[in-house]
Amino acid sequence: MSRIGVFVCHCGENISRTVDVEQVAQAAGALSGVAHACDYKYMCSDPGQNLLKKAVADHNLEGIVVAACSPRMHEKTFRKAAASAGVNPFLVEMANIREHCSWVHEDKAEATAKASDIVTMLVERVKKDKALAPITVPVTKRALVIGGGIAGIQAALDIADCGHQVVLVEREPSIGGHMAQLSETFPTLDCSQCIMTPKMVDVANHPNITLHTYSEIEQVDGYIGNFRITVRKKARSVDMGKCTGCGVCMAKCPQKKIPNNFDRNLGTRPAIYVPFPQAVPNTPVIDRENCTWFKTGKCGVCQKVCGPGAVDYTQEDELIVEPVGAIVVATGFELYSIAEKPKGSPIKGYGEFGHGNLPDVIDGMTFERLASASGPTGGKIQRPSDGKEPKQIVFVQCVGSRAREKGISYCSKICCMYTAKHTMLYKHKVHDGQAYVFFMDARTPGKGYDEFWRRAVEEEEAVYIRGMVSRLYQKNDKIVVMGSDISVGVQVEIEADLVVLATAVQARSGADSLAQKLGISYDGYNFYSEAHAKLRPVECATAGVYLAGACQGPKDIPDSVSQASAAAAKVMTLFARDELEREPIVAKVVDRYCVGCLACKKVCPYGAVEEKEIRDRQGTLLKVVAFVNPGVCGGCGTCQATCPSKSVELDGYTDEQIMAMIEAL
Amino acid sequence: MKHDFEPKIVAFVCTWCTYAGADLAGTSRLQYPPNVRVLKFPCTGRIDPVFILRAFQKGADGVLVSGCHPGDCHYMAGNYHARRRFAAFRKLLEFVGVDLERLQFSWVSAAEGGKWVEMVTGLTERVRTMGPLAEFKELEQAECWSGKLDTPELNEAYQEI
Repeated sequence: MSRIGVFVCHCGENISRTVDVEQVAQAAGALSGVAHACDYKYMCSDPGQNLLKKAVADHNLEGIVVAACSPRMHEKTFRKAAASAGVNPFLVEMANIREHCSWVHEDKAEATAKASDIVTMLVERVKKDKALAPITVPVTKRALVIGGGIAGIQAALDIADCGHQVVLVEREPSIGGHMAQLSETFPTLDCSQCIMTPKMVDVANHPNITLHTYSEIEQVDGYIGNFRITVRKKARSVDMGKCTGCGVCMAKCPQKKIPNNFDRNLGTRPAIYVPFPQAVPNTPVIDRENCTWFKTGKCGVCQKVCGPGAVDYTQEDELIVEPVGAIVVATGFELYSIAEKPKGSPIKGYGEFGHGNLPDVIDGMTFERLASASGPTGGKIQRPSDGKEPKQIVFVQCVGSRAREKGISYCSKICCMYTAKHTMLYKHKVHDGQAYVFFMDARTPGKGYDEFWRRAVEEEEAVYIRGMVSRLYQKNDKIVVMGSDISVGVQVEIEADLVVLATAVQARSGADSLAQKLGISYDGYNFYSEAHAKLRPVECATAGVYLAGACQGPKDIPDSVSQASAAAAKVMTLFARDELEREPIVAKVVDRYCVGCLACKKVCPYGAVEEKEIRDRQGTLLKVVAFVNPGVCGGCGTCQATCPSKSVELDGYTDEQIMAMIEAL
Repeated sequence: MKHDFEPKIVAFVCTWCTYAGADLAGTSRLQYPPNVRVLKFPCTGRIDPVFILRAFQKGADGVLVSGCHPGDCHYMAGNYHARRRFAAFRKLLEFVGVDLERLQFSWVSAAEGGKWVEMVTGLTERVRTMGPLAEFKELEQAECWSGKLDTPELNEAYQEI
């Protein structure tokens, strides 16, 4: 290839501030094979792209190097522009002189020299690039949604309403997630159950939704448009086909003292249970760890009382394989533990404020259950230790959040608002009570949010104290809260009846292992990473996987719902076509050289390598060689690095292309 | 600060984790020495040890190989294969007498812009104090035919025929 165009971008001033772009373009112009080199202020803009297209026509360019930002940013943009000018998109390379050069170096001479080197390497590479044609693959128009909280439910309903099949997988026995646990929601104070349960019923009744509750993702195979998901349906011990949801088993179960985790362990439940009365599906599940039958082999009451004979102690976990084309991950969050470090979490437990040992120091979700009409107290605010109505209540915000020393530097986003809500709920129920809030900042961006917070302060008379709490301790039947009020510079001591900690929102435990199954990336807090923070907020870098809700970062309900609908829209965009084009970065075997050792087959993580027989015209077997199924190949190239005879080539990353870059060092 | 010797560092990185981590270092405007040249691969599993040898031959004084953390590979297992391959390769390099301090393997995720900076800075500074890696470059020069037909070695060879 001898007609290469080099286009150097200023990126406004982002590149040109530290890189002498004109000099880079000039140096590139002198490289052998470069027919045209120029620079422009914004290569990615419309005039910039037109400049590129015009240069292709004027100079009859065969290969293109764009020296600009990261290929992760604009490679697609320039490939598209090149394609419209008649140049194969795989003959376009990006020299990353922004993220890898101008932004990380200060010395202009050094940065310019480095930028020139990078351009040279890519010019050498583009000479060895081959035109590739995209591979078309069929799209399975069926979506998987992981997580049945509000985000998962919204995404599932949107996709199903569009006429596509949806498989919704939920780990717990019922869908509903955290929203089903809430009492009332900010900023409208409408009842969470009242807006949530109809949606849950919609999911259960939707003809296009297959619901797997009490199930987890076991394995994920395949790629965009063609995933194969293995779902582990845990043994419920109750036949969902036979159960009528009458509830006699739960009423008769003699084991009733199991802490109810749906109620944050405030109440108890039987060993055969539904998490809450409005559960969907309304089929109980036996908690085998606590069931007398499973522990001792005696009892069997639930089976005896069950009219339809639905209780089945012999049920086993079932593995179901679901073919889907797209995946929406909506696994939500969990609250930071006041007590100790959750197992496997990169984040330390708070370990202060009573270490979780003071019964009257609770977290925000526990307060939600206390305030909820369907909660263990029927909506009466009673403190866990003795059931008394607290007359002085202290809320502590930013417990864990924005505390780098505790391992979390981010803001949990929802606590300011829910604490304001808690003070109101409290005031509405305990008219003579007084609420105090220790806070660092009140962060209330959102429609109607600041007005709501002001209402808590001005009308509901919550006392907001700017400052942090240093210590909590039990004194007789009170909890003494010691803190500071930094706005007036004094120490504050309050004898409280109940303390509510607004603990940080953090990623679900096990979020990392699910990400590893899905092949998606996650940040240092185990929140899932979107492909681009601003422009691709619901897509993962892994094609065909989309994010919704708090699994991507702390989010309130409106944000989760919006993101879920956005993810659903992305899925529907994918499903709008029968076939999709995927990047032809796949491995190919050169039959001539292959000796059939099949070392590639052993290392291929996709099982894409098959054996192929080579026969002559008479049908005599000449040799067996490896064959890579391009539909299954993921394009990692491990086979190529492993192949002893160098007879596998990964298109787009051939030895020739890489060696050309090394030669140009 | 100017130094007498500026080492050439080559980084072989995977596109999903370390390349993205290096991008993050950029978007976070972290600063590091400009000695590094990055080559992007789909996966560390694609990196043939021959590339590292060739890089040393073509003038690299230090090489960095970096990909996703174990368990986080976009292709499920590519980084495990890479890890095994390079464990054996390091032994070989040591055997031929290359100081292994010139070769750094690491895991840098897409969220670890800071770690990328640490890795590059650390290796650059280390190699700077070690000085240039001359042997491989000499090998490269020896491989290239000088064009002369009357070198003593050639004459000696002719005599023997």
